[in-house]
Amino acid sequence: MCLAVPGQVQSIHDDQLRTAKVAFGGITKEVSLALVPDARVGDYVIVHVGFAISKLDEAAARQSLADFAALGTGDVDDSSGEVGEPPSSSQELTAES
Amino acid sequence: MKYVSEFRDEKAAVGLATEIRRRVSRPWTIMEVCGGQTHAIVRFGLEAFWPPDLEVVHGPGCPVCVTPIELIDQAIQLAARPEVILCSFGDMLRVPGSRGDLFGVKAAGGDVRIVYSPLDALAVAQAHPDREVVCFAVGFETTAPAYATAVVQAKRLGLANWSLLVAHVLVPPAMEAILSAPENRVQGFLAAGHVCTVVGFEEYEDLVSQYRVPIVVTGFEPVDILEGVLLLVRQLEEGRAEVENQYTRSVRRQGNVEARRVVQEVFEVVPRTWRGIGEIPRSGLRLRPPYTEFDALLRFPLKSPHCGFLGQPGSECQSGLVLQGRLKPPDCPAFGTRCTPENPLGAPMVSSEGACAAYYRYRRT
Amino acid sequence: MSDDRSFELHCPLPGQPKDRVLLAHGGGGRLMQELIREVFARAFENPFLAQAHDGAVAAVEGGTIAFTTDSYVVQPLFFPGGDIGSLAVHGTVNDLAMCGAKPLWLSAGFILEEGLLLETLDRVVKSMAAAARAAGVQIVTGDTKVVDRGKGDGIFINTAGVGLVPPGVAVGPGRIRSGDRVLVSGDLGAHGIAVLSVREGLAFAGEVASDSAPLNGVVGDLLEQGVDVHCLRDLTRGGLASALNELASTAKVGMMVEEARIPVHDGVRGACEVLGLDPLYVANEGRFAAFVPARDAGRALEIMRRHVVAGEATEVGVVTDQDTPEVLLRTQLGTHRVLDWLSGEQLPRIC
Repeated sequence: MCLAVPGQVQSIHDDQLRTAKVAFGGITKEVSLALVPDARVGDYVIVHVGFAISKLDEAAARQSLADFAALGTGDVDDSSGEVGEPPSSSQELTAES
Repeated sequence: MKYVSEFRDEKAAVGLATEIRRRVSRPWTIMEVCGGQTHAIVRFGLEAFWPPDLEVVHGPGCPVCVTPIELIDQAIQLAARPEVILCSFGDMLRVPGSRGDLFGVKAAGGDVRIVYSPLDALAVAQAHPDREVVCFAVGFETTAPAYATAVVQAKRLGLANWSLLVAHVLVPPAMEAILSAPENRVQGFLAAGHVCTVVGFEEYEDLVSQYRVPIVVTGFEPVDILEGVLLLVRQLEEGRAEVENQYTRSVRRQGNVEARRVVQEVFEVVPRTWRGIGEIPRSGLRLRPPYTEFDALLRFPLKSPHCGFLGQPGSECQSGLVLQGRLKPPDCPAFGTRCTPENPLGAPMVSSEGACAAYYRYRRT
Repeated sequence: MSDDRSFELHCPLPGQPKDRVLLAHGGGGRLMQELIREVFARAFENPFLAQAHDGAVAAVEGGTIAFTTDSYVVQPLFFPGGDIGSLAVHGTVNDLAMCGAKPLWLSAGFILEEGLLLETLDRVVKSMAAAARAAGVQIVTGDTKVVDRGKGDGIFINTAGVGLVPPGVAVGPGRIRSGDRVLVSGDLGAHGIAVLSVREGLAFAGEVASDSAPLNGVVGDLLEQGVDVHCLRDLTRGGLASALNELASTAKVGMMVEEARIPVHDGVRGACEVLGLDPLYVANEGRFAAFVPARDAGRALEIMRRHVVAGEATEVGVVTDQDTPEVLLRTQLGTHRVLDWLSGEQLPRIC
């Protein structure tokens, strides 16, 4: 199941629910780290309904991203098929001034 | 946003898509079992990347859609009681029961509040000691640990005015139900990455050896899904049937040990009826002693729920087939005409994660 | 006769709370006059209100009038970056600006709930006065009613507004043409997220303040500088997606929008990710979309960016020549999908 988002632990209170302030790209929310007792300030955690459910493995993430890059540039004009043809519209967007 | 944007990168997506196209040499049917994955597929238009021979169907992965009608009716009854504050996740509010939905109860004067977390509902109970706070506890294994922790906290606090209407469902039994159905055409699964974050994927090893179907534990960003599909396609093309983990940054084989512990402490496994599918053994949760005091069904006298029918009587809703991956929403005769988000015939058109609503909202031209 | 002057009243008048709105404040008598004088007239001070008549009367030269109305029921009343008062002024000023009009006069109708703290009312009214001054408009007439406790949410406000459309200006959906560029005046979703951030059950902390602001300055500048503005639409409830769908439907055109070009700030992005909301459907109160011919797009953006409220103005899409009135989105992955109407309200989700 589903909606869980990575955020970075900013501070941790020493209460029963191990409440922490976690930053998500510009906002902070109070999150319980009760389920991830080894999470520390600075760690990234995956948060679902106000609880961290795992500590994000940053090395694994970097490896994943490296794997994607290794697949090559993936040319959109590849002859094996189109990738999402837009409906006909010949206008180009104005270049940013 | 870190660890989000990188997994929505166009170059990575196109690279993976090209590789999928290269590997698929014959028709395959695979299923993704999570509303969040359905949502991502349609929101990011990933169907453009599937080669013609690859069919990706959507499964019963939206807990909102599969919550049985009886439980919704019970939630409505509870919300209508003057002393009750019913706390619910937003997506449950529009799901139809047998007569109306939680939004309707709110309009009629029931105190229904949207919460983000079970902890918010605990706070409401502490702030309103004269009222009874009931949480509509919906969700898969991902959400159960949050509620379990909240129950333990409630007991610690001696909170007497807080209870749960438990509607949790478990995913692997549903996958097995689909695999064991005689008409099953699903040849591989993308397993729900956040469910597996909690429970790990040891359980899938039995499924794989019994049914010889590859399963890839997959994340929720578009690039995760593309990689998951690639790994599945590779297994199918190579004749392998194994459990593989795509979502390595969050999922470990044993899952989250502490989360599993607290769920086992607070809940026990029971049979559960899945809306559109029917009863699946050992697929639901119920509070166990010494936490049964928090069970709303034991605390409040509720009219006995009517049993069993899977949709509105006489409705042409085919959500059962959609949830089992046997009918694609656009192929349903009522899709987009008699059944729309404004006038839904069934749950998958109501929840924004339901396959029907996702297809409707994000349809390509 | 004793000189003892002491005596007791045997029927003392009950004391009334002096700090709250009472039903009597809506009764038309002295208490209401006192409220109008001490709170509204003092804050909105202008010659029209001094006329103390049933309506405001002013002379205008022959021309085109724009007229609009809107009601404001936001909860909570105060949120980061604004309140129901400033919202009530900005919303109506902006509707007039979207017609190409110079906003002049506003009316303000208040429905107050019995028991509302007068201090709260005063805060709201002062905020309205400040917003009106900053926008260059006057609040020239108004009304007050009081409803029983429990029958209102503290304060409801209706503002209607009148403005003058300069000669030669014709701005509206009917002028949208295939090939027009779609511009947005800045980052999206701040207002909706700011309000959510203080709502029970969904609260979080962060830098997100409402974008509520008057847009008549930047719009006036565009028109005065001779930009051929075809259509304007302020982005309110339902966000950019709703505004574009409305216009596509009214003007019977198609549109193509590029997701990667749509500006969304980190705080809004983070909140939307956590709650499962789509920023394209989240409310704004100080942002607008403009439809201009391709040749004017660069100049329009340059003019917009000179204004603080439109500093991040950017081009996000184009009006296409397709038959069906539909808004298409080119996703950040290069794929395409329909950017549909909102069904009901966008709710935070767990799935």
